[in-house]
Amino acid sequence: MSLRPDLAVIAQSIPRGARVLDIGCGDGSLMAELTALSGVDARGMEIDAEHVERCVARGLSVIQGDADRDLVDYPDKSFDVAILSQTLQTTRRPDLMLDQLLRVGRQAFVSFPNFGHWRMRAGLALGGRMPVTRAMPVTWYETANIHHMTIKDFNDLLALKGVNVEGCWFFAHDAVISSASANWRAEYALYQLSR
Amino acid sequence: MAPAHAHKSLKLSHDLPLDSGQVLSGVEIAYETYGELNTDKSNAILICHALTGDQYVASTHPITGKPGWWEAMVGPGKPIDTGRFQVICANVLGSCMGSTGPASPAADGAPYAMRFPVITIRDMVRGLVALLDGLGIAKLHTVVGGSMGGMQALSMAANFPDRAERVLAIATTARHSAQNIAFHEVGRQAIMADPNWNGGDYYGGAEPDAGLAVARMAAHITYLSEEGLTEKFGRRLQDRDAKSFGFDADFQVESYLRYQGSGFTQRFDANSYLYITRAMDYFDLAEEHGGKLANAFAGAKARFCLVSFDSDWLYPTAESRHVVHALNAAGAPVSFVELSAPFGHDSFLLDVPALDRVVKGFLK
Repeated sequence: MSLRPDLAVIAQSIPRGARVLDIGCGDGSLMAELTALSGVDARGMEIDAEHVERCVARGLSVIQGDADRDLVDYPDKSFDVAILSQTLQTTRRPDLMLDQLLRVGRQAFVSFPNFGHWRMRAGLALGGRMPVTRAMPVTWYETANIHHMTIKDFNDLLALKGVNVEGCWFFAHDAVISSASANWRAEYALYQLSR
Repeated sequence: MAPAHAHKSLKLSHDLPLDSGQVLSGVEIAYETYGELNTDKSNAILICHALTGDQYVASTHPITGKPGWWEAMVGPGKPIDTGRFQVICANVLGSCMGSTGPASPAADGAPYAMRFPVITIRDMVRGLVALLDGLGIAKLHTVVGGSMGGMQALSMAANFPDRAERVLAIATTARHSAQNIAFHEVGRQAIMADPNWNGGDYYGGAEPDAGLAVARMAAHITYLSEEGLTEKFGRRLQDRDAKSFGFDADFQVESYLRYQGSGFTQRFDANSYLYITRAMDYFDLAEEHGGKLANAFAGAKARFCLVSFDSDWLYPTAESRHVVHALNAAGAPVSFVELSAPFGHDSFLLDVPALDRVVKGFLK
């Protein structure tokens, strides 16, 4: 099974046997991989009932829930790692979501599409329309992404909140790229965070 | 009330201590099994039935002649596959299909009637555990239950954490709400207001069928959704073209409820209805464990799966979520899904393909 590159990085970075919460776990691919490779105790939260069904059929422990609403019900530090993959930009309040992630998890992995990527900028600046790209392929009226941010925006938020960056990775064409001019070059980013 | 019938049963060799402080002697637990137990006895699934259910989960009911109450779910090649698992289903303590209940003879040979001790869900589970002991099953593959059956499954997980590897609780709750208790009280008062009830001493004479039928009618409404009732009956009239300006069952929904009510009295004992509804009303898993539901599951070792239905207003999704939060807080592995189905609380008994998939997947 080949994981999306950001998920592969997460899989490599999580210690064996860790307690992991995958928020927005989809069909459970990452959880299944983490369980098989690293023997982690993985739990998931997913809003879509059909995805939850599939996770249950895979033997995974997944709760149907809305991260915006249901994360508050988890006790403090109940997980070693909380993962929010390509979902922060769909939450109602990304800043509050970040607080919740770092409350329930000792560490958090957060990945998000970078709206500062040059294709985005070019699409908006030259085309005059909200860009539709390979990394963000959905029209403005259909997209679940309600908060568009750049890597710089995200760094500002982390600084404002006093969140520690334990690691960060930038991706273009499904490969890790260097951090140089990442705000121009990266299609999406992955951060390992703690507080 | 059901005529006497020979049910397969196990007579307990020991007394059963109850939550009330009383002790029941000579307890019998009637049960059915489907499928073969494997050599290491690791493939047993216990199905716990709901308030008016019984052990005939996947075989013809001996009184009504109707198919088993969960034949859509249980059988060869079904989601709970009797080709793979041995399914055990027992009549709960306090009921009337062969297990000891208020209609059973007390030490003096006469029916207990209201001398039967008030029992709890945990007492029912004690009876089930005694049955498992008798069958030599140390650990279930899964304990499954919907509605009151789900309460038993949760109670078993909390009080006998070593007895099941998986717990599947469907359309259920960890405590009866004021509304739940209120509806049950209406049913009990209907039974007790029937002159034939006679303080519970009606065995061998005229039975409180009218009261029991009303209890069933009131309860039946709570098992269905408004949408389901509207779709099935609307305001349609029963076998007539115009309202009668009388109190016959003019409307189809009235006729249906009367039929449900009277049919029920053929197979159920009014006193059992009183005792079992009481047990459900007393159910509060948190209260048993110092007021905190997470404490109830502190020693839980099983994998859990909870399922609710969006149209179930008897035990709504919020109740399942409450259990899920407690299991999370206790660190137990738990899955939860709210399924969409139009049939209200009864959805767990009806054709909901998504439920089949979840059950099948969870048992894998």
